Amino acid sequence: MSMLVLEDVHTHYGKIEALHGVSVEVNKGEIVSLIGANGAGKTTLLMTVCGSPQASSGRVILEGRDITRDPTASIMRSGIAIVPEGRRVFSGLTVEENLHMGGFFNTKAEIRKSQDHVYDLFPRLKEREHQRAGTMSGGEQQMLAIGRALMSKPNMIILDEPSLGLAPLVIKQIFEIIGQLREEGITVFLVEQNAHQALNLADRGYVLETGRIRLHDTGKNLLANPDVQNAYLGG
Amino acid sequence: MAAHNLKHALFCAIVTLVIAYPILGFNLVASGTDIILEGAKTRTVILVLLAAVAVFLFQLFRDNVMALLGKAPALNPLANRQPMEQGKRLKLESIVLTLIIVGALFWPFFVSRGAVDLATLVLIYIMLALGLNVVVGLAGLLDLGYVAFYAVGAYTFALLSQYYGFSFWLALPLGALLAALFGLVLGFPVLRLRGDYLAIVTLGFGEIIRILLNNMTSLTGGPNGIGGIPDPTLFGMEFGRRVKEEGNTSFHETLGIAYSSEHKVIFLYLIALVLAVITALVIRRLMRMPVGRAWEALREDEIAARSLGLSRTAVKLSAFTIGAFFAGFAGTVFASKQGFISPESFVFLESAIILAIVVLGGMGSQIGVILAAIAVTTLPELAREFSEYRMLIFGAAMVLMMVWRPQGLLPMRRTHIELKAQE
Ligand SMILES: Nc1ncnc2c1ncn2[C@@H]1O[C@H](COP(=O)(O)OP(=O)(O)OP(=O)(O)O)[C@@H](O)[C@H]1O
Ligand SMILES: [Mg+2]
Repeated sequence: MSMLVLEDVHTHYGKIEALHGVSVEVNKGEIVSLIGANGAGKTTLLMTVCGSPQASSGRVILEGRDITRDPTASIMRSGIAIVPEGRRVFSGLTVEENLHMGGFFNTKAEIRKSQDHVYDLFPRLKEREHQRAGTMSGGEQQMLAIGRALMSKPNMIILDEPSLGLAPLVIKQIFEIIGQLREEGITVFLVEQNAHQALNLADRGYVLETGRIRLHDTGKNLLANPDVQNAYLGG
Repeated sequence: MAAHNLKHALFCAIVTLVIAYPILGFNLVASGTDIILEGAKTRTVILVLLAAVAVFLFQLFRDNVMALLGKAPALNPLANRQPMEQGKRLKLESIVLTLIIVGALFWPFFVSRGAVDLATLVLIYIMLALGLNVVVGLAGLLDLGYVAFYAVGAYTFALLSQYYGFSFWLALPLGALLAALFGLVLGFPVLRLRGDYLAIVTLGFGEIIRILLNNMTSLTGGPNGIGGIPDPTLFGMEFGRRVKEEGNTSFHETLGIAYSSEHKVIFLYLIALVLAVITALVIRRLMRMPVGRAWEALREDEIAARSLGLSRTAVKLSAFTIGAFFAGFAGTVFASKQGFISPESFVFLESAIILAIVVLGGMGSQIGVILAAIAVTTLPELAREFSEYRMLIFGAAMVLMMVWRPQGLLPMRRTHIELKAQE
């Protein structure tokens, strides 16, 4: 059963085409990783799913529903959450307030429940509950960004380079949490440059090169693929 | 470094001389039918020279002086105070506010008519600044044409009363609603713009409204304005010496007291006070409601806010519309207070002053904005003796303020919303 399907999606920034017909499928309960070099169009692909920018042709289907032309706000309220590139926590707000923002469209009771859940996943956030998000370390901010995305109780979470600029130990921790999310039944679509860890964790993976899907296979097979090893795993 | 400073300081001193000498040094004196140009008096020359020396010295030691100014916050007892515990702070704030309001209720009965009149103006500016604070301080949209909505409110009342004989009380909600409608309609196309672009478009927009009012002579009377705007009534009681409208009674006759023109002034003040309090309370409430948090989220990070499912347009429009609504409110009161309005009252300088109040007050903080509104409106009045230099003093105060306390008088301390345990 597919959670998210992209069918021959083209996306333009003005006249420039950034995605040249991309097809991707994410099944329910899976972790799917998308890897690719800088400027390959990974972020563009995720943003197209969110409807900003919208695909100029092709279709985006979320849980069987065509969302290609839906406005971003309504897409983001239909069971999908994104951890944007570069974390983008609300730096002037405290950790707790950031989390509450994440549950903006939920009831107070739901917010309390999700908040407790997030604090279970990231005890570190609980300790820093009243600290301003802008004063936290990069790793803590990434945890907060993930926590905030989880507050809306999404069926699917999209992460754009969660390991960006973090120390190996913190990356390990974040990937463990991502694995844990799958256990909870949340579908994960993960964009990474950190190909080794991303493919290791993933059920399946896609390789994006200059706006086209070059390869797709199970995570294990991609890790073993010599081309992938050469290009993304440092030989 | 020192050489550079010296050159710069010399240059500044020369500029001072070049500007100050002709302006202050020459006098045109009327003698009979002729006008004679008189040279500078020795005293003026010495003063100008002294000023140039002062500028030279300041520029030469500028870095040291600025560093000293930078240390000034240490003298400011409020600068580094520990943030008070939230519950305590809120309680203190409510107590202080209540005391101020109670004081403000009785105060006009003990002071001069001029003071009450000025206070009414201050209250109007408080309403305006609180409204603009929603747009600029909370939602982070730089609106340089805010005065347009003020004008819409004022002209709504003026026109409705002139053509259809509407009373103040009927026009008050209509003026506010119409201003809000303008905010909505105009906000729609411009709100996808960001930062400076938005500022320029709103600036143009404020001017368009003013120029329209100026040129639609048949409707608005153009630069001649509209006069004879009625005063508010109290349950059908008028405050004039004689009753103007049929069916109304007169306040002093009904109460059996002697007529005094002060009654009207005080009544208007009280209306403005009540409306200002309502404005403050409504906005305070909104700040804690989801829409207030949405404004804040959008101001902090637009992409993140959108990723959470907030609609950028809806959130911005709500701020713009609500801000416009209160400007309309203030405009109606203003029209009633003046009894006469013309496009002159709605020039860009007004927008700039209201914005200055918001920035001085510390974007977002209500008490700060109220204090700044009081300061900005009353100081020029108190400094009447220096009337020509009022704008100069105002400008200097702004510059000093921004050096000394760039975050404003009382920067916003956001109240965090706590979820009460509710099972
Ligand atoms: N807003 C934009 N306007 C115009 N071009 C853009 C815009 N955003 C991205 N692009 C272009 O689209 C292409 C894909 O960019 P994208 O950000 O999707 O890459 P990416 O794979 O996420 O890279 P990275 O790993 O560096 O984040 C690039 O050539 C980029 O220059
Ligand atoms: Mg990217």
